[in-house]
Amino acid sequence: MCLAVPVEITSLLPGAMAIGEHSHVRLEFSVALLENPRVGDFALVHAGVAIETIDEESALETLAMLKEVLDGPGR
Amino acid sequence: MVLADELRDADLARAVAREIHAIALSKSVRLMEVCGGQTRTIYRYRLREMLPSTIRLVSGPGCPVCVTPVSYIDQAVALCRIPGVEVFTFGDLMRVPGTRRNLEQARSAGGDVRVVYSPRQALEHALRNPSSQVVFLGIGFETTMPSFCLPLRDAIHDDLPNFSVLLSAKRVPPVMEALLRGKAPLDGFVTPGHVTSIIGSDAYAGMCREYGVPMVVGGFEPLDLLVAIRDLVRLVAAGKRDNENAYARAARPGGNGKAQRLIDELFEPCDEELRGLGVVPDAGYRLREPYARFDARRRFSLAGIESREPPGCRCGQILAGTLEPGECPLFGKVCDPDRPVGACMVSEEGACNAAFLYGGVHAG
Amino acid sequence: MLDNGKCQVALDGVVRMGHGSGGRLSRELLEGLILPALGAAAPDHLDDGAVFVPPPGELVFTTDSHVVSPLEFPGGDLGTLCVAGTVNDLAMMGARPLALSLGLILEEGLPLDTLRRLVSSVGRTASLAGVRILCGDTKVVERGKGDGVFANTAGIGVRFHATSPDAIRPGDAILINGNVGDHGFTLLTQRKGFPLRSPLRSDAAPLNGLVEKLCARVPVRWMRDPTRGGVATALCELCEDRSWSATLVEADLPLHPAVRGVSEILGLDPLHSANEGKFLAVVPAASVDDALETLRCEPLGRDAACIGRITEGHAGKLLIRTALDSVRVMGMLASDPLPRIC
Repeated sequence: MCLAVPVEITSLLPGAMAIGEHSHVRLEFSVALLENPRVGDFALVHAGVAIETIDEESALETLAMLKEVLDGPGR
Repeated sequence: MVLADELRDADLARAVAREIHAIALSKSVRLMEVCGGQTRTIYRYRLREMLPSTIRLVSGPGCPVCVTPVSYIDQAVALCRIPGVEVFTFGDLMRVPGTRRNLEQARSAGGDVRVVYSPRQALEHALRNPSSQVVFLGIGFETTMPSFCLPLRDAIHDDLPNFSVLLSAKRVPPVMEALLRGKAPLDGFVTPGHVTSIIGSDAYAGMCREYGVPMVVGGFEPLDLLVAIRDLVRLVAAGKRDNENAYARAARPGGNGKAQRLIDELFEPCDEELRGLGVVPDAGYRLREPYARFDARRRFSLAGIESREPPGCRCGQILAGTLEPGECPLFGKVCDPDRPVGACMVSEEGACNAAFLYGGVHAG
Repeated sequence: MLDNGKCQVALDGVVRMGHGSGGRLSRELLEGLILPALGAAAPDHLDDGAVFVPPPGELVFTTDSHVVSPLEFPGGDLGTLCVAGTVNDLAMMGARPLALSLGLILEEGLPLDTLRRLVSSVGRTASLAGVRILCGDTKVVERGKGDGVFANTAGIGVRFHATSPDAIRPGDAILINGNVGDHGFTLLTQRKGFPLRSPLRSDAAPLNGLVEKLCARVPVRWMRDPTRGGVATALCELCEDRSWSATLVEADLPLHPAVRGVSEILGLDPLHSANEGKFLAVVPAASVDDALETLRCEPLGRDAACIGRITEGHAGKLLIRTALDSVRVMGMLASDPLPRIC
């Protein structure tokens, strides 16, 4: 139910479609469900449709949290 | 940005696991995840073996293929044999057992069944081939619904006479509620990340309060799940019935408004039969009446199909989390991925398939 | 137009039933298209059979049939597969190829231009492998009864190395000469209607030269080309009924980034994807460095890697050590891999 990959939007097409890239694979998908899709955004694509944009700030927070775990008292 | 390597890092995993081990629990806890994708990651990376024995991680009915009743496959098989009908499906359904045969066998016997990655491919085929009656097998939870709602909406808009959907769409929150009301005790839920992208984490808040059970939204990479489990265990240990989100980068409290409005425009909730849980109130979706002609069940005559669950199959109990794959008398003896009896053994997200392929080895 | 002096075949035509009848049209096709396209790999004489004196040593005989759609794809075509498949089967048996046969079943309506390209690939790949097509046959089936071209190649080789799978011991290394899963995933993304594009190319290539060099340098206990079913299936078959197991290391698998990408988008495992220019070799632990050095000197072995070891315990199973350092069982491919949404 959940196989979705983060795809970097490389161009926007008419009809609420976009082209993006994930690990050297180019795919075409719908961005009709995204509020304000932009080139450079990372979209979560499932079965040919972008269901959400990956929030960069949250991603960085997650990274920082993980780093803390590694450095922290859990050692 | 893409977090990839960090989310599969062995040192990080060990560090988070240590944090989980350090949480003081007064008794054993039973946590459930309801997403087949999460089930798969758990088995693939053997995350259970990284947890203390006081934490029992149970896989729930989160695999849409697994909870689809046999009758759905039988209807799909019947459709593909009608002259002029072309059935388009996700690959996941091809080997799910029907009463007499599965879709792959139906294709070998001459039925027209085609696998696609995206439902839009089915619509495009219908547009290019006006004389074909295209039926898309619309299965999935809320994550997948938008992918066939979009082409369906276009078909409705253009009043396409040759496109319809055989629906088996399910809603996660009512399924979770059925489990919370059921027999198996549950101390917490890891909620499905991509379903939550659509419906929003607020969708679980009411259940947390009403049933007194904490929930944490989890992602799909091993570190995403370990962190979600850690956060959930912390809540259980502290006796908090909070609703948290460990997948904030892709799931928001309100979810995806556009997706929700799209689903709401075309569908309305209805009672739905789920393999193993029986009929669950509000757990399904049906097309709203003005669009009924796009429902394959209305467009084609599918009456008189007799469906039967495979005798001895315990998929229902597996899906409800009351039986482990290894406890099923058919597991590995009569039922395996080459000759699956029930859906749990077919889908790579099914607990039995995962246990069969990935289980049996202790972490080395 | 090809003109070999004997007759001409117009290349803007298509295969007709008469081309398989054994009469004048068959001869025109053979002498005007097939033989010229085979080039240096063509036989000198045409008779009911080819006569040759084999060199001393054990002979190895193998056959392979080829069905592929599409007929042409990035990195190769049916013709490449025809030769690479059979030459590689011989190489896996430690044999140098001496001769190949080429049986073609053509579908009425196949463009002759396509046929010329496919047979040219046969000729080119055979010359690369240092082998000739000594005999062949061509038949034609009615339109709709074939998928363009069905082909069969049988091959005879002479052994230069005997593998010894019974000598495999825990600690031995499992090597591969390059990236995993390229061919299978290339074909998948070429399927009509799939909205994926990638720079992936089939790795189809004859491996006999590379294999001979490796066997001359280190003791090779076992070899297998992981075609359909992929690396996982080949290694599962190796381990079956053995007293030891094999453990792959996920982090050590050489993967083209696009293979990783397709794998994540469609939910398919590269370890179950076909390879047509790769081979697995089991060598003693002490020989790993020499083996990798030998492979990496050659174009077809540039990305060679050690991807696992033969291990104690869990007899008969294939295991994989994940990125998280946990170990799980790896299964063989049960049936055709299908893209998933779950």
